[in-house]
Amino acid sequence: MDWNIFSLLTIDGLVNGSMYLLAGLGLVLVFSVTRVVFIPFGSIAVYAAFSLAAFQAGNVPATIGLVVIFALLATIVEVVSLIRKHDVKRIPKAILCWGILPLIPCALAWGVVKTQAPEYALLIASILLVVPVGPLLGRIVFQPIANASVLVLLIVALALEFVASGLALFFFGPEGIRTNSLVSGSLSFGSVTISAYVMLVILSAVVVSVLFFFLFGRTLMGKALRATSINRTGARLIGARPERTAVIAYSVASLLAGFIGVLMSPQTTFYYDSGFLIGLKSFVAAIIGGLVSYPITAIGALGVGIFESFASFWNGELKEAIVFGLLIPILLIRSWLASGGEEDEEDHE
Amino acid sequence: MSEPLLQIRDMHIAYGKVEAVRGVSIDLAEGQIISIIGPNGAGKTTLLSAVMGLMPFKGTVRYRGEDISGLGVEDRVERSLCLVPEQRALFTTLTVKDNLELGAYSQHLKAKEFRQRLDFVYDRFPRLRERRSQYAGTLSGGERQMLALGRALMARPKVLMLDEPSLGLAPLIVGEILQIVRGLRDEGVSILLVEQNALAALESSDFGYVLENGKVALSGDSASLAADERVSATYLGGAASDAMEEEV
Amino acid sequence: MIWRNPKVWIIPLVVVIAFLPLLVESYTVSLINEIGMSTLVALGLVMLTGSGGVTSFGQAAFVGVAAYTSAIVTTKLGLSPWVGLLAALALTSALALVIGALTLRMGGHFLALSTIAWGICVPIIFGSITYLGSHTGILNIPAIHIGDWSLGTPARMYYLVWILVGLAFLLSFNLMHSRTGRVMRSLKGGGTLLASFGADMYRARVILFVYAAVLASLTGWLYAHTYRYVSPSAFNVEVGIEYLLMAIVGGVGSLLGALAGSAVVLELQNILQDFLPLVTEYANHLTVIVFFIIFIVLMQFGRNGVMGGIKSWLESRGYSTSKVKKGPFLDDGDVALAGREKPAKGSRILSSKNLIKQFGGLTAVDDVSFDIDAGDIVGLIGPNGAGKSTMFNMLTRTLKMTTGSIEFMGHDISRQSQRKVACMGMARTFQHVKLMGSMTLLENVALGANVRTHSGVVRDVLRLNKKEEAQIFHEAMRQLERVGLADRAYQTAGQLPLGSQRILEIARALASDPTLLVLDEPAAGLRHQEKIELGTLLRKLREEGMTILIVEHDMDFVMGLVDRLIVMNFGSKLTEGTPDKVRVNKDVQAAYLGGTHE
Repeated sequence: MDWNIFSLLTIDGLVNGSMYLLAGLGLVLVFSVTRVVFIPFGSIAVYAAFSLAAFQAGNVPATIGLVVIFALLATIVEVVSLIRKHDVKRIPKAILCWGILPLIPCALAWGVVKTQAPEYALLIASILLVVPVGPLLGRIVFQPIANASVLVLLIVALALEFVASGLALFFFGPEGIRTNSLVSGSLSFGSVTISAYVMLVILSAVVVSVLFFFLFGRTLMGKALRATSINRTGARLIGARPERTAVIAYSVASLLAGFIGVLMSPQTTFYYDSGFLIGLKSFVAAIIGGLVSYPITAIGALGVGIFESFASFWNGELKEAIVFGLLIPILLIRSWLASGGEEDEEDHE
Repeated sequence: MSEPLLQIRDMHIAYGKVEAVRGVSIDLAEGQIISIIGPNGAGKTTLLSAVMGLMPFKGTVRYRGEDISGLGVEDRVERSLCLVPEQRALFTTLTVKDNLELGAYSQHLKAKEFRQRLDFVYDRFPRLRERRSQYAGTLSGGERQMLALGRALMARPKVLMLDEPSLGLAPLIVGEILQIVRGLRDEGVSILLVEQNALAALESSDFGYVLENGKVALSGDSASLAADERVSATYLGGAASDAMEEEV
Repeated sequence: MIWRNPKVWIIPLVVVIAFLPLLVESYTVSLINEIGMSTLVALGLVMLTGSGGVTSFGQAAFVGVAAYTSAIVTTKLGLSPWVGLLAALALTSALALVIGALTLRMGGHFLALSTIAWGICVPIIFGSITYLGSHTGILNIPAIHIGDWSLGTPARMYYLVWILVGLAFLLSFNLMHSRTGRVMRSLKGGGTLLASFGADMYRARVILFVYAAVLASLTGWLYAHTYRYVSPSAFNVEVGIEYLLMAIVGGVGSLLGALAGSAVVLELQNILQDFLPLVTEYANHLTVIVFFIIFIVLMQFGRNGVMGGIKSWLESRGYSTSKVKKGPFLDDGDVALAGREKPAKGSRILSSKNLIKQFGGLTAVDDVSFDIDAGDIVGLIGPNGAGKSTMFNMLTRTLKMTTGSIEFMGHDISRQSQRKVACMGMARTFQHVKLMGSMTLLENVALGANVRTHSGVVRDVLRLNKKEEAQIFHEAMRQLERVGLADRAYQTAGQLPLGSQRILEIARALASDPTLLVLDEPAAGLRHQEKIELGTLLRKLREEGMTILIVEHDMDFVMGLVDRLIVMNFGSKLTEGTPDKVRVNKDVQAAYLGGTHE
């Protein structure tokens, strides 16, 4: 292996790793607040990619249909739940939040197509369009079983991922898409050439990480989110409703997913079922951080990206097997650490 | 006679097969400090958790004339009814200052009010001011209790419920904390104090309820209860307490 | 009416089953065979997940390994499919043993996630090896033949498939209702529970895991020789998730759930595949969507599955769903379980010396020593936070001590495991009752006899354990009679009120014929009447010569019961003495009643 190949693989690894980083942050955020391993995260990225492709072709994305369906379901679920609690006063507000609010990005998307808006508007519209998907799915599927064990939530998350990708097939069709690149050109550093795309991705990862740090470290809302994940009862006792913090967590995660979809789509062909592997590989990064630590998740993500890159060079076919095979020792270490090093552990239902 | 600030009526609380509280009624008037004492397992903590909305229960809780039995925990906090739970529920990986700031989360304060409240708490707990940048998890037992109390005070509660503040603390620190609790009355806070440490609790309160096996076995003004031998019997067993046993 | 008796239906049912291939068309027989093959995998999953608490998304990988093994043996090596069967069983069990040994120490969701990991890896590995046909797989696999007779049609395979299914159910039933099986059914109670009756959680899990893999390998073999080709996509993690779905839909609480779940899922798939193409061109994937939506709804509302629903319905109509054979268990002349040699009254049983336990900077137990002699009944008391639980856990070896030593029956047990100590004769109960709610009282008590018996998994599966089982149940019934619960021996433990559950736990502890009985807050949460019953039982045990240590905070209860009290406060031993002396001790009064003055 010469320097050229080494540097190429490393850069490639960093690009993928940056994606996993963004995804890992989203997964850790959702898990720490809701205990849900949000695998459908991958499908949300897929929706964003397909939306951008539709925009670039001058069409109204089918994603709008998906959002409308989810919004309708979520509104119904919320209204029924309010009726059962005899809390009829809150119904109008519920319809507004769950039914109308998610439709605003849809209206925006429609407007963007009709007015033939510039490139960057297409990007933003694609991302905003999928932001409601996370919280809507969270409300419909996960909030009713919020007190279930992590395992049950995991099984449901996996099932939901299949529904989400099945819906993707239905709404977007079986063909793969690739979008037009957002940037072009490259820079040379000595013998190493880095494309503008690579720089964009790595820069994005850095910017988002810094933003994350500020949002969660400095704002009261961010601290409240962290508090919910540290001690749920304590969070309730200071008035932070778990349902609200969950919505925020899912929304931020969807935003990240949308961002990833839009960023990856010029370089990777997306299919309706790409979500599963994206979700699971991001999960590998998240689990390195134990599903609680953001810095370690970030490092783990970059590590997985680089590891995958070199593994792919060694044997392209076994790339996925190697990455997921890596998961087992990671889980072993994490499990051992979580039990405090003592052998004794309890199985909870 | 006006309605008490906090009115707890005929509480029945069960979890799983255990009936922890069986028909308890308690009144807290404005400006009062009430203590609920009794041996371990009497149902004291369960009672407070239910009044705060953390557990389902049968019975009514009326606060400032409103029936809050069906509301959620967060609704109670917004109405200035606060609980300092037995486990403290601190955010151990956040700093002392962060913990206190979060205490005022429900109040949506402006920056100036915020600082005023923070100073209020720091004045009462100088040790917290010293350690404000430290992680809550590194504090000693007594300091944690102070932090938990301080965090609750950030929400300017009208009614403050304290669940076993003396738990795990040395007697001197317990004295310090209870002294501060007594001082809160001057700030307009009415207090419901649950304690296993009977004498300390009775010394700090106006009125007391003795819980045993989920029921109110005795009640009366604190000074008389402190001198009553039957209180001792509920803790250490004896013929007197057997006589108080009835079966539902 | 004669038709109400379920047994009357057996003969017509058997006839229909035996002649089914003649009664329906070939396509339906194929579907029924597919159901049978899936049932085998689902059966393993029901046991693994329902009883063992291990959720596996990766069973399809084992099906694949077996299928590929037999495919290679028959196509590349040209040997008989029966040799292929042996090779498949061997290889799959070996792989399951390796994976299980590596991963089964993990807890809860970590373990489940690891099954996704190898569930993904294994088919990818198949697809990357040229010898295995890469993505195309292996074609032209021969059919199974018995002598000259080839099982090349669905009708003929039908008999093989369903004979194997029947056999699998029989063996699995044997296993679940044996010594090994009862331990497996307690896995959800946790490692501490299992250790308390001398069982090893990890070992039980591995055995169950390999057993489930063996069932899956049967499916793999049948698959290879029914469809006559194998490819990686038939064994990927999506298929694995579908198997889990079948188990959950059918209901993991019952072995029959495997059959119910497979039938429901596959038939539903069949119906959707007929109906949906009329509606849309993406029928296949709409099937998936519909399925998983149903699944998600199920998880929200009906987690017990089809069999769970049927059981509830039957029980509400008064039918018993218990499959336990009723006593008497031993015939005249049969020998009962051997007892343990008991120490002479007054001899030293337990001696704890200078025990210290520190958690970081906190000293929970500070230099506590005391002794217990045979025939004593001792109480360990103290206010909340005194260190009683920590002491208890150190004595039962649930917790390691920082310094100090413990001697039990003359042996130093300071470094021994909980399991070892339980086998040596120290039996314990739990503050939060750990009973298996779905097992009968008799079966729960039978768990206690685990330390005194040793039938292994092979004997249990083949039902060669009849004599030992009879001894175990005889002993369990004896203990139930001793504690006064014999009249409810065949009820499920979950139905009992708390007081009876506590007494049941004591019966389980007694079934191990202990030298020392250690009780963890047995009176907690009990009503007055239940406390009286418990006290009566403990007094009776004392009269029979049992040595008992009770950790308790209910003073009323303990005062009238014990010979001697040890009082702890702030981690140290405050005093020791008879109840009367302790009650009037000023230090003890101050410890309980408190105050803020030193």
